[in-house]
Amino acid sequence: MNDPSDKGAAPLLSVAGLVRHFDVSAPFLNRVLERLERSYVKAVDGISFDIGRGETFSLVGESGCGKSTVARLIVGLYQPTAGSIQYEGVEIGPREAAAERKRMQPHMQMIFQDPYASLNPRWRVAEIVAEPIHARRLLQGKREVLARVGELLTQVGLSPADGERYPHEFSGGQRQRISIARALAGEPEFLVCDEPTSALDVSVQAQILNLMQDLQQRLGLTYLFISHDLAVVYHVSTKVGVMYLGRLVEWAETRTLFEHPLHPYTRMLLDAIPDLEMSGRQRIPVAGEVPSPINPPSGCAFHPRCPHAENRCRVEAPMARVYNGVHVACHAVADGRIS
Amino acid sequence: MAVEAAAMAERGGEVPDLSLWRRTIDLLQRARDSDIWYSFKRSPITIVAAAVTAVIILSALFASWVAPHNPFDLATIDLMNASIPPAWMADGDTRFLLGTDDQGRGILSTIIFGARISLGVGFASVVFALIVGVGLGLISGYVGGTVDAVIMRIADIQLSFPAILLALLVDGVARGLLPRETHDELAIYVLVFSIGISGWVQYARTVRGSTLVEKNKEYVQAARVIGRPAILIILRHVLPNVMGPVMVIATIHLALAIITEATLSFLGVGVSPTEPSLGTLINVGQDYLFSGEWWIALFPGAVLAILVLAVNLLGDWLRDALNPKLR
Repeated sequence: MNDPSDKGAAPLLSVAGLVRHFDVSAPFLNRVLERLERSYVKAVDGISFDIGRGETFSLVGESGCGKSTVARLIVGLYQPTAGSIQYEGVEIGPREAAAERKRMQPHMQMIFQDPYASLNPRWRVAEIVAEPIHARRLLQGKREVLARVGELLTQVGLSPADGERYPHEFSGGQRQRISIARALAGEPEFLVCDEPTSALDVSVQAQILNLMQDLQQRLGLTYLFISHDLAVVYHVSTKVGVMYLGRLVEWAETRTLFEHPLHPYTRMLLDAIPDLEMSGRQRIPVAGEVPSPINPPSGCAFHPRCPHAENRCRVEAPMARVYNGVHVACHAVADGRIS
Repeated sequence: MAVEAAAMAERGGEVPDLSLWRRTIDLLQRARDSDIWYSFKRSPITIVAAAVTAVIILSALFASWVAPHNPFDLATIDLMNASIPPAWMADGDTRFLLGTDDQGRGILSTIIFGARISLGVGFASVVFALIVGVGLGLISGYVGGTVDAVIMRIADIQLSFPAILLALLVDGVARGLLPRETHDELAIYVLVFSIGISGWVQYARTVRGSTLVEKNKEYVQAARVIGRPAILIILRHVLPNVMGPVMVIATIHLALAIITEATLSFLGVGVSPTEPSLGTLINVGQDYLFSGEWWIALFPGAVLAILVLAVNLLGDWLRDALNPKLR
């Protein structure tokens, strides 16, 4: 798990300048009558990062910062408004690249947040798990498919006999195991996990995370892990990216980011982690609310909440720069006001 | 982790059996244990309604055996038997329990054969409306955008016409286009088409709504990530999950379709009088209401009312039983 990728190797997935805007304008007639302008939610507003083979890259951030949108863009559930997504060096982002997307799609699978919604309630578990096998025509013959399904269920800690049952007969944790088995059935090398544990009890969360790490080691998987739980992120990831209002404000190796956070927002997030020791340490409280992504603040989107903000931050959006392998987008860091 | 997996593998080793036989048994077991069966058992009105519906449907299906005689077999009709009152009245004849009409046909037999036409047309037009409505609703909801807008505007336009007017219109156009003999042959199909086409909107709207909900659920998105084509996702994932409300609408629509058919037949634009449905029988009978032969119109009317009431009650019960908010 904690095997940092080879610096020289080409990244498995490379995202550059990824943008996704959602049109939330009023209907045409209302726009004309009430003289409203078109409005867009800038869910993802120019994001770039690389994921090396075998890594676990985590995206963290508050609700509504666009983490899930990034996940959905990468697996092709949304079309990017602009920017590029390269998988093994092949461009799969734009609409014109549909053929490439189709060719590369089988290499990726996704695990969803809500284990109660991600399994079709009218299908048996065996049929659910077998779907990617049928879709990719990996195996022919009923017997072979069923045997493979049994194998997959065993691999995620369920029994082959569970294949006969329906999803509602399982608990949340067990359902998430079924989800994982389904994802593995397509024999992917890249798994996008959209908050796979946030709907589960803490004890079950640990089981699922251990299972995922176990599988990563055995099958050499690469993960993109979306979460808002920093403790979980620290536990599983090799690299972490922090998102704020559709932008990546900082990304670095997990240890570096947690021990030496540079961006003021990262510091704020880390300070918000509760600890049981009641250490009484000085915290910077998380101040204010996330502004609306329909009308984000000018310049650096974080400036209204930032203790280090100055005039330049209100006007000019900071570009990401690299400091000892840490990518940060912050004027204060660039000017040396924070180190 | 590994220990746990091994233990689970030991517990149930064999590969699950998904054969058809096994599925059937399973389905029956689930039906017996289901909430629907439970709520059915606890509602006496529903049991009565179901029994009445079953009796009418079965006797219509097996009309040739159930009916005392075949009213359309000219050999068995005797004009001497015309206008006999019901059996319990002074001039009654035990051969004709509910009396006879002006041509000597037993009312009971014509009702049984008429119910066959009424139910047949009703079922066929419901199936027709259901296929058109569910299909368009699924496409509208899943594809969205312009396709959705076009289909839904057509639905809106159609909704502004009363169903009976639309059915009359379709029937009139068919009459104008087809030569007379062909029209008489095709009368039943024209009727099914005109009643069905006036009812698809409700299915389309309901299914579109449920499809919009289902298509954003994660299991549909999972199927998209897996790379299944849209048509398979619609048919195998979305369709089974939107059929619940459709069954309720279909039941209530059946009652409505039977009434519409009766209305059209009563107005004289339905099936041909040589093969009368319940509506035609009432139409024929009303000519004799004032000359004293009330039974010719009354009994078909009563059967129609009972049938529609029973089907409606079943539909109401089904709606409540399938609505989780009312449990």
